[in-house]
Amino acid sequence: MRVRLKVWRQKHAHRPGGFHTYETPELNPNMSFLEMLDVVNEELTQRGEEPIAFDHDCREGICGTCSLVINGKPHGPHRGVATCQTYLRSFRDGDEIVVEPFRAKAFPLIKDLIVSRKAFDHIIQAGGFVSVRTGSAPDANALPIPKPDADRAMDAAQCIGCGACVAACKNASAMLFVAAKVSHLALLPQGKVERERRARAMVQAMEAAGFGGCSVTGSCEAVCPKEISLEFIARLNREYGRALLKGPN
Amino acid sequence: MNLLQELWGSSLGRKYVMAVTGACLFLFAVGHMVGNLQVFLGAEPLNAYAHLLQSSPKLLWCARLTLLVIVILHVGSAVALTLENRAARPVAYVQARYEGSSLASRTMLLSGLILGCFVVFHLLHYTVRMPAVNLTGKDFADFQHTLADGTVCPDVYRMMIVGFSHRLVALFYAVGVTLLCFHLGHGVGAMFQSLGLKNRVWGSVVDRAAWVAAGVLWLGYLSIPVAVQLGLGKEVLP
Ligand code: FES
Repeated sequence: MRVRLKVWRQKHAHRPGGFHTYETPELNPNMSFLEMLDVVNEELTQRGEEPIAFDHDCREGICGTCSLVINGKPHGPHRGVATCQTYLRSFRDGDEIVVEPFRAKAFPLIKDLIVSRKAFDHIIQAGGFVSVRTGSAPDANALPIPKPDADRAMDAAQCIGCGACVAACKNASAMLFVAAKVSHLALLPQGKVERERRARAMVQAMEAAGFGGCSVTGSCEAVCPKEISLEFIARLNREYGRALLKGPN
Repeated sequence: MNLLQELWGSSLGRKYVMAVTGACLFLFAVGHMVGNLQVFLGAEPLNAYAHLLQSSPKLLWCARLTLLVIVILHVGSAVALTLENRAARPVAYVQARYEGSSLASRTMLLSGLILGCFVVFHLLHYTVRMPAVNLTGKDFADFQHTLADGTVCPDVYRMMIVGFSHRLVALFYAVGVTLLCFHLGHGVGAMFQSLGLKNRVWGSVVDRAAWVAAGVLWLGYLSIPVAVQLGLGKEVLP
């Protein structure tokens, strides 16, 4: 199969960018989307042109490095699947595919399809951790945690921090990301101790980075490769309200 | 004071404000509809009810000012949040699908602002009773009713019948309440979300209930102009 790619190219943040169209060579439908970009890049390199810059690492849907808005949807056409796990068989021969970078003030563009997601690191640095010494892994069942709490915490902990929630939201809001982190830790006994300080600090970092607010459109949940639920945003709203009422400590 | 500053200082806090004020306005909309539906009971019950509401100017103004403050907070938080939300994406997508989001959820500011204009018209029409906007050539302030106990009070019943007898006005009200219910269908569910009152057990129930409540309000409000157009109370028409 062959497709026509319309890709956003931009040398760096201070140069204007634009779409370039590329006709791909013959492709195997079982290639991943990123492998297809590799093939296109190989051709570009052979022609002496600059290859398309894009983010990737594990290519197995667990690291959160891949990004891309494919035909208007972060991570491409499927629900609960990251770009690196999207295969060409999901498209049709001859399709035109529009590829844009994640767009948000808090995710400044670096080059072509690569944006800086440092803002997420700053949010984690503000409170996405447990500061007590936990020592080595405790014996199983030494610390009883109700099964539903453990399950829910693990659901939230699935977040790979890719930023698709921000990219999809009409407000470029990072609420789903922050909600996943805050919920994951607040649900477990090790994290409960600092829950108020954490909720407050992470929300502050989120707002300082220039992300928008939540208007409950649900786009984030719909594109999340790990299908993190909006329910966690309700939990974050609860956690933050609780932190406000308790006052700074 | 600190708490208030923090509340208004974060987008989550402003959403709390929007949700709480939205809840008040929703309850007002329900009460207002139930009150208005008494038009189906005839002139006496409706006018007696209207007279009861207006009998204490102090209480009346207290309620009106409270509502005004609530509206200001609701609109203020909406405008502040929308401006920030726009600023959060300076470069737009060429292709954006906003996967999984409803039209109502994406157009809350627009539906809200148009609704605001409708409310201003509604107040001029029936509260201020400005003759120029009712399009019937009558002055609603002249309509008087004598209650069973002999008190003379404004004839709200006749005002409603005459007001909605004009086809264009009735149509405008139909558009207004449709927009209101469109706004509430998303808004009521989102209110629970913003206040953290949703979880996986009843989150989807809340969302569905919000649209049901919006639908009930739509039918309730719409029934009055429609009934008048179909001939309700035509004995008071000239
Ligand atoms: S490259 Fe690691 S999740 Fe896609």
